[in-house]
Amino acid sequence: MLIGRAADIPSSEITPERLYLGRRAFLAAAGMAAAAFALPGAARGLVTAASGRQASRSARDPAGHAATDDKLTPYEQVTTYNNYYEFGTGKDEPALHARAFRPRPWTVEVGGEVAHPARYDLDDILAHVTVQERVYRLRCVEAWSMVIPWMGFPLRQLIDRVQPTSQARFVEFTTLYAPDRMPGERSGVLAWPYVEGLRMDEATHPLTLLVTGLYGRALPNQNGAPLRLVVPWKYGFKGIKAIVRIRFVRTQPQNTWAISAPDEYGFYANVNPAVDHPRWSQARERRIGEFFRRPTLPFNGYADQVAQLYARMDLRRDF
Amino acid sequence: MKLVLARLAKPALFVLCLAPLGVMVFDALTGRLAAEPIKDLTHRTGTWGITFITATLALTPLRRVTGWNRLQSVRRMLGLFAFTYLTLHFLVYLVLDQFFDWHTIAKDITRRPYITVGFTGLMLMVPLAVTSTRGWVRRLGKRWVLLHALIYVTALAGIVHFTWSQKKDITRPTRYAAVLVVLMGARLVPRRALWRGGAREAVAPAQPVQARAATPLVRGAGTG
Repeated sequence: MLIGRAADIPSSEITPERLYLGRRAFLAAAGMAAAAFALPGAARGLVTAASGRQASRSARDPAGHAATDDKLTPYEQVTTYNNYYEFGTGKDEPALHARAFRPRPWTVEVGGEVAHPARYDLDDILAHVTVQERVYRLRCVEAWSMVIPWMGFPLRQLIDRVQPTSQARFVEFTTLYAPDRMPGERSGVLAWPYVEGLRMDEATHPLTLLVTGLYGRALPNQNGAPLRLVVPWKYGFKGIKAIVRIRFVRTQPQNTWAISAPDEYGFYANVNPAVDHPRWSQARERRIGEFFRRPTLPFNGYADQVAQLYARMDLRRDF
Repeated sequence: MKLVLARLAKPALFVLCLAPLGVMVFDALTGRLAAEPIKDLTHRTGTWGITFITATLALTPLRRVTGWNRLQSVRRMLGLFAFTYLTLHFLVYLVLDQFFDWHTIAKDITRRPYITVGFTGLMLMVPLAVTSTRGWVRRLGKRWVLLHALIYVTALAGIVHFTWSQKKDITRPTRYAAVLVVLMGARLVPRRALWRGGAREAVAPAQPVQARAATPLVRGAGTG
């Protein structure tokens, strides 16, 4: 696959693998040092030590609209703290149970209201796009957040290639259904396979990414290998993983969490500090690695880029 | 020798009950908590709290099945450990999670049902902890038994709180609920029918060990 990276990122700015993989030892040392202080102080030292390096790169992609000055969440936490019920409901379970998962060979079925319906090999898809690095905030509906350097390409590039018809108003995504390979799918905790959807203008928005990697490496299985969606202004559950089917449809598709609890999770799922989850507040969030909660921003801080998509909507009703 | 072991059993159990707290402190100081350390501590203290409630409620049926009356003598300790872990659970929320954000805390307690229920359960434990001393057991007499039946309400509140706090997967609270249902059911079986301990209770003179703290509790548990 073709990996293009903006030429203005010096490789010296990218954390060497041995550094971020050696984080645990560093953390332990930091924790011990912190133990010398009073307990609250120690706890604070512990969490700030975990928060990794500063991502001060301002233009990671040619458009320059996706960069963030937030500190990157360390690789280890990005890859061991996951919500991916296909591999178990515990946050640590995906990393454990997805180890043997083989994400290749992989095909994606593209269908519905589209000029060129076909089953595409993932390598074929990747041959026609430019993979770039994008640092995005990820805000989970559970009120925690991370900052992740994804590798991916705008969904729009694929959409332009397959040419949906004028009838297409929404895009529906489906995760692999393979209980023998995804043990969580043997449980009835959600209705499988996982499905998600976007409105066409959301899908073609330049921030919307199909992701194939993170931290400059292939996407780990527990993060949704080999192909997942990332929509940074929406709650994390919109970022469907291990995508095997993309359909262009006329009516609003269902999405798994909204099926599961329609009063708690909506179709739009835009990050919105003003609309609480029925059981917890969405006003603030815990950034992984930080001690205090921080305020949650409307549209996860991407309001300038996306708010106009929802200009005439009541976001309390369409949460 | 047997006497020495018997005397050591209770302190040993005390240390064992402190072990989960020790592990938490160690993990916190050495960076071994989960990616959301505060949530991790909240979950662990809560889980140990409900575990200790369950253990406390398991003693009476266990004693009747095994006829091992000495079990009764550790019930107060287990109950107080349940209270300790659940107080820590609340303190983690109050101090670490919300950092004394009274506005949010008041809103949580009044408007979020799972927090309302959990907080109520904990508050109901306060009088039980206060009246757990020998003096209060004596002073309250039969009313002590009635008062301490509140532990059943707390247990139920704990299960409801645990269940409602889960995003989707309620396997773990369901397991605790199942165990509690069995423990409650065991109390409904007439004691003389099959319990060895029950038969002995009726004839055997109270042992000094039991007589100290446990005698009123024994009767109380029988009525629960």
